[in-house]
Formats: sequence, structure tokens, C-alpha cells
Amino acid sequence: MATVVTRVRRSFSTHWYAWAMVLPVVIVLAVLVGYPLGKGVYLSFTDANEANVGRTIGVNHIEATYKSVGLDNYWKVLSGQEGHFYSRLGWTVVWTGSCVFLHYTLGLGLALLLNRPMRFRAVYRVLLILPWAVPAFVATFSWRLMFNEKYGVLNAFLTKLGMDPVDWLGDATLQKVSAVAVNVWLGVPFMMVAILGGLQSIPRELHEAAEMDGATPWQRFRYVTLPGLKTVSGTVILLGVIWTFNMFQVIYLLIGQGASSESEILVTYAYRLAFQGVRDYAGSATYGILILSLLLVFAVFYRRMLSRQEAVR
Amino acid sequence: MSTARPAGAPKHRPREQRSRTASAALHTALVAASLVSVFPVAFIVFVSLRGRDGWQEPTRPAGFDVSNYSHILGETKFLTWFGNSVIVALGATVLGVLIAATAGYAVSRMRFPGHRPLMWTFLVVQMFPMAVLIVPLYNILGDLELLDSYTGLIVTYCSISVPFCAWMLKGYFDTVPVEIDEAGRVDGLTPFGTFWRLIVPLARPGLAVTGFYSFITAWGEVAFATQFMSSEEHYTLAVGLQTFVGQQKAEWGLMTAAAVLITIPAALVFFIAQRHLVAGLTAGGTKG
Repeated sequence: MATVVTRVRRSFSTHWYAWAMVLPVVIVLAVLVGYPLGKGVYLSFTDANEANVGRTIGVNHIEATYKSVGLDNYWKVLSGQEGHFYSRLGWTVVWTGSCVFLHYTLGLGLALLLNRPMRFRAVYRVLLILPWAVPAFVATFSWRLMFNEKYGVLNAFLTKLGMDPVDWLGDATLQKVSAVAVNVWLGVPFMMVAILGGLQSIPRELHEAAEMDGATPWQRFRYVTLPGLKTVSGTVILLGVIWTFNMFQVIYLLIGQGASSESEILVTYAYRLAFQGVRDYAGSATYGILILSLLLVFAVFYRRMLSRQEAVR
Repeated sequence: MSTARPAGAPKHRPREQRSRTASAALHTALVAASLVSVFPVAFIVFVSLRGRDGWQEPTRPAGFDVSNYSHILGETKFLTWFGNSVIVALGATVLGVLIAATAGYAVSRMRFPGHRPLMWTFLVVQMFPMAVLIVPLYNILGDLELLDSYTGLIVTYCSISVPFCAWMLKGYFDTVPVEIDEAGRVDGLTPFGTFWRLIVPLARPGLAVTGFYSFITAWGEVAFATQFMSSEEHYTLAVGLQTFVGQQKAEWGLMTAAAVLITIPAALVFFIAQRHLVAGLTAGGTKG
């Protein structure tokens, strides 16, 4: 016992400085992330909604009357009784997959084009980065105007070309395509710049050596460029998946905040559960926890896959 | 090994020289991509200069005036919202960078129990969908009577940006040579003194970048602001912009003018920071 105490005391005296320096962050994270997360987990085991949570109106305080329902919420969602989870999950996966795929391939393509000496290179670079500089909510509203069925500029162009106008944001499928387009427009510059940085860190000698050995441009791309981009790609794809999976603004502001629609992803649906109609706090919390679990599982598998590839090489 | 290469091995032009057609194709592709990326921005600027109803004829280049701008500046609460956004974004930036910097430094230089779990926390917190946190945070802030106040929103934004900033700053501090710390220690500075007097001045670019990042995140946040700021006096720009294009009315002319004014500060901050932003991002991410 005494040894434990001395060990703790010694560890404290050597490390108290470090602990003092990380303390503010730990407090902020504990109060604003840890505690809400715990509360969210707790709410997901109850039937809390707007009507039965405690609140104070004026001087009257109304006691909370919600009660624990065990795993009921999860069971309802996962067994499909609640009816929306799997279709939304499917669309969220398609949304994330297509967005990240397009972000990455377009970003890679543009980075390859930019990564060579030529005229106006700096100009192109600035112009291509521009979408990143526009706040996402502003960009989304702007695209909504461009997609407008009657007065939108896209339909004006289509009419000039002699085609019928398209109701971009009306039909469910087109809504989804439009949302992907907006998000791709927003996200490509980040990938492009990150990959460009990766390209520039590949030593020139590698390319020259490959060229001396008679490698075709495709072979150089396949066996020099792509392996050289591995670490950067690993990071940006992981970040891209997380950001896109949780991309709230684009869907919420583009599709509108009204009635239920097929093009909502899990995050926007959870948000709507919590803040529209009868506020279903428990249902929203359940969705939130499920989203988080999905992402965590993905991140763990993804990192493991990357390190396994590393080990093989 | 490679001494006996077949005589017919293809010879390649050195990469600096390009044929005329290749060059033309390259520039065509880049011009096309640039058009796609610039068009929406240019279009919004164009519409905003066309007066209140100009957006209904998007292809007619006539009737320019600045009435949209004078209207939103003079007759809406735009300037109040703008001020709110500035207060909230700056508050979140200063607070966030300060606490992220000390934590980033500690994680970068000191090996202490809890070091690895902390790095993991920084990474995992970035995955949190706001849907998990928003309801509990709403209730907590309600209990503390911080709903519809600057403080509540500032603190909330801190929790979003701090993990990422600490992560990035750790990567940045790793690039500052340890010898500097040792010199400081030899000269009798405390670890915190070393950090504050020697490392912070050296790390100014890194701090600036994380500051810009927090600012831009707070400037563009929608979900929390929409729920937490309920009175029109306290709207941030992200909430205010939604009022121009609501269920009943669609003032797209005003919306575009507001969009331009909102984008200008964000874009300025962004273009100053962007070069370093990506370096910090990928450095922090790969060194884990």
C-alpha cells in the first residue's frame, strides 16, 4: 500500500506539469463531449421526448417523467420496426461512397495535371481552390438558386440548348444527384491540395529512375506515384469518409427542412427527430449512437487494413 | 540486372517537354475544371448585382444596381448577425487555440501517463456526429441558462474545434527542434516558461493556421446555431441567411448579396491560411 502511494506521489511529481497543461482541454472535452455523450447514451435507453423531460416554465418546474425502456429503442430501429433506418443507412453509404470516390479521383486527376511546370499554374491553382473558401452553407444556398426549377440558371442553359427543364430538387433521385454534385464541388479542392502536397513529396529521382528503366507513363503512375501517395491517401480518405458521413449542411439546407424526404442521410434525420414535431429526444440519441458506432467500427477496420498493407510491403 | 535491355525499349521524352497537342489538352482540361469551380461563385456575384428581382432572369446581363446590398445593410438585421458571427467566431478561436496549444505542446514534448489515450480521444472526437451531442448539449445549456447566448455557442464551438487544433498543433510542435526546449531549461525556465516564451513565438505560423481553422469552422456552422440561438437579435449569419429563403418567401436577390458579404471575410482568412492548413492536417494525421 505504502509503495503504491509513493509511486503515485512520484508519478504525480514528475508528471504534474504535463497534466496541468492538458487539463483545460480535458475539462472542455469532459464537460462538452464526455458528459453529453454519456447523457446521450442514457437518453437512448429511455423514452424521453418533449412532453416528458423536465423543464422550467416561468417559476414552475415540471419534473421529468420519462422512464427507462432498456434496449427497446435500439431494437425498434435495428429490427426495422421503425421503418427508416436501413433505407437511410443504404442511402448514407451510397452518398458517402460516391462523394468520397468522386472527391478522391477528381482531386487526384487535377493534382496530377497541376503537378507539372506550365504557364498559369498559380492561377489555375487559386481558381480550383475557390470552392473550399466558400462557407458550405453559403455554397449550398447558391446551388439551390442555380437548381431552381423555374428561374435557375442550369435550366435556363438547358432551355437554350433546346432541352426540357429539369426539376433538380423535386424528384427523389435527382435530389440525391444534385446533393452529391454540390458536395463534390465543395470537397474536391481539399483532396486536390492534399494530394498535390503528397505528389511533391515523392522524390524526383524515383520518377527518373523509372523512366530510365523504360517504364511507360501508366507504369510510372501505377508503381511510383500511387505507392508514394499511400500515407496521404490513407489520411484524406478517412477524413473524407467521416466528414461526408456527418455532412449536415448540404443535405439539410439543400433538400429543405420540411417534411420527411427520401434523400435525408442519418445525421439530418436524427436532427429532425430531435427538433421537429414532437421532439423525440430518445430516438434521436439512438440514431446518434448508432452513427458513432458505425464510424468507429469503420475507422478501426480501416486503420487495421492500412497497417496490414504496410506490413505486407 | 538491367544491363541487357532490349534494343527496342521505348524512349520517352523528358517530362519537361510536351507536344503542342498535349499542352493544349492539358490547358483545356484545367480551364474546364476552373470554369466549373468558379462559375457558381461568379454567378452569385452576378445575380447579387441585378437588383431585387434580377434572379428571375438569370441569363440576361442587364439592369445592374446595388439595391440588394443597400437593402440588406440598411433594412435587415444583417449587420447585427454579422457582428454576432464575428463575436462568436473570434471568441471560439481565441479560447480554442489557447487551450489547444498547451495540450498540443504537452502531448508533443512530454511522455506522461494518459498520453496515448488523449491522442486517441482527439482523433475519435472528430468522428462524433453532432446528432449525438446536440440534444444533451441543448439540455445542459438550457439548465445553465446559456441557450441563446454568445457564451453557450462559443463554448460549444470550442468543443468542435479543440480536438482537431490540438492534433494539428502537436504535429507542428513536433517540427520545432527539441534543442530549443533544452536550451530554455538550461537557462532556468520552467517547462511552461519554455513553452510560453520560446515555443509559442516560434510556432506562430502553426497557431495562426489553427486559429484560422477554428474561425472558419465557427463562421460556417449551421446545426448548433440554428437550435441554440432563438431570438433574432442573436442569430449568426448561418441562421440569418435561412430567413431570406424561407417557406413563405424567397428573396433570392437579398440572399445572394448576403452570401457575397459572408464569403468575403471567410475567403480572405482562408486564402491566407490554406497553404499551411493542408500541411498541418496531413502531418498530424500521418504521425499519429
